[in-house]
Amino acid sequence: MKKISTLAVLLLALPGAWADQGETYAEFKAMMDRSFKTTGIAAKHRMYQLDFQKECSQEKQPPKAVMDRIEAEQMKTIRYPADGKYFGDWKEGEKIAVSGRGLTWTDKTPDNNGGGCYNCHQMSHHEVSYGTIGPSLLEYGKVRGSSEDIVKYTWGKIYNAKAYNACSNMPRNGDAEILTEQQIKHLMAFLFDPNSPVNKK
Amino acid sequence: MVIRQKYLVAALAVGLAGAPLLAAASDDLLEGINAYREALADGNPSELVAAEGEELWKTPRGPKNASLEKCDLGLGPGVVKGASAQLPRYFKDTGKVQDLETRLMTCMETFQGLDSKAVVNAGWLKGEKEKMAALVAYIVTESNGQKIKIDMRPPQMKKMYELGKLAFYHRAGPMDFSCATCHGDQGKRIRMQELPDLRTQEGAAAGWGSWPAYRVSNGQFWTMQHRLNDCYRQQRTAEPIYGSDVTIALSVYLAATANGGKVMTPGIKR
Repeated sequence: MKKISTLAVLLLALPGAWADQGETYAEFKAMMDRSFKTTGIAAKHRMYQLDFQKECSQEKQPPKAVMDRIEAEQMKTIRYPADGKYFGDWKEGEKIAVSGRGLTWTDKTPDNNGGGCYNCHQMSHHEVSYGTIGPSLLEYGKVRGSSEDIVKYTWGKIYNAKAYNACSNMPRNGDAEILTEQQIKHLMAFLFDPNSPVNKK
Repeated sequence: MVIRQKYLVAALAVGLAGAPLLAAASDDLLEGINAYREALADGNPSELVAAEGEELWKTPRGPKNASLEKCDLGLGPGVVKGASAQLPRYFKDTGKVQDLETRLMTCMETFQGLDSKAVVNAGWLKGEKEKMAALVAYIVTESNGQKIKIDMRPPQMKKMYELGKLAFYHRAGPMDFSCATCHGDQGKRIRMQELPDLRTQEGAAAGWGSWPAYRVSNGQFWTMQHRLNDCYRQQRTAEPIYGSDVTIALSVYLAATANGGKVMTPGIKR
């Protein structure tokens, strides 16, 4: 009898809770739709979420199975350099790491973006103005070496960080066309080159 | 001048520091920056903007040639003291939850006969938006030192809070950012800029409680709408419309989370 009444309560309560959740979410979507506009290169459709963006828009991370699925999907987006060359010029890479510009509605073109790396990461021995949202990358190449595995992993992480951590804070620099293949090569050199200030004091 | 020297010393220390001292040096630099801010707060340049705003509040304007002195910011007609510490709030006369700026637009329409579109469509710190910033500077100065006191009893406020919280975590755009990307963890920085954790009462009070603010780097007074707009710009989303529901919902979420904290407006920022 007790079981039946518990079940009855559940049956009565749950659809109500679901309906409310659905209603609030529908209201939320309508609110977002009427609250934003296109300005310059920042089109209104930027507000409409990709599936993984929606799944990563909670207070807590989604369950492991969801994370695994997102990571597998994002892994498929990674394009390794067509010519097999992973490294450009570390001096160019440093400029890209320093620049946080690009893709806002006050930027004239969607091209020539910075990597914004220093917003979140410590990188070189001499730059003290670095953020702490991401881990320190100081002496990245020196500490990790440059085996094929670590080089490919690093390329992939820059190209699409979500392939390794579904709800990572880091942008999908390659997949979302924030940086070009050539720019990623320069960043790779900045991280790995023994003469780069990331590795050399 | 003493402060300036301290700042310089900190900067020099950073320049000369070897790698093991780097963390300590960057702490010194932060300390220097914070001391610099404190020094500026003594004689906040917002005072000039606030004086302009007080003048505007009392000066008849618009087709109805009336001042804003009868405007009800929530504590009764004409009451400015402490009013912004209790905003946003639900207003029965409009049937809406309003922040300071949307409430002022209602008053400009009702009492002065001005079209609020002129505010919405103006560029930041230009035309009617410049006037709005001055009014805001005046009004928020009159709540300095008060407690943040948001009335969350009306169901409309509870609804806005829920919507604001969803907006806070909403990841979108080419960089997949949400408000939580930068403001959803403790003790983080972007470059040298410390980030309040806006999920917590302490963090929200530090953030919400110190805006609107005067920005030293560009010599501008920024309203909360302006602040939120620039957050979205840096998130690389589309642009939120001035006074739109998402800006109100986020404001309710932040202010309610900050409830009980101290109002330090107008703040002073880098």
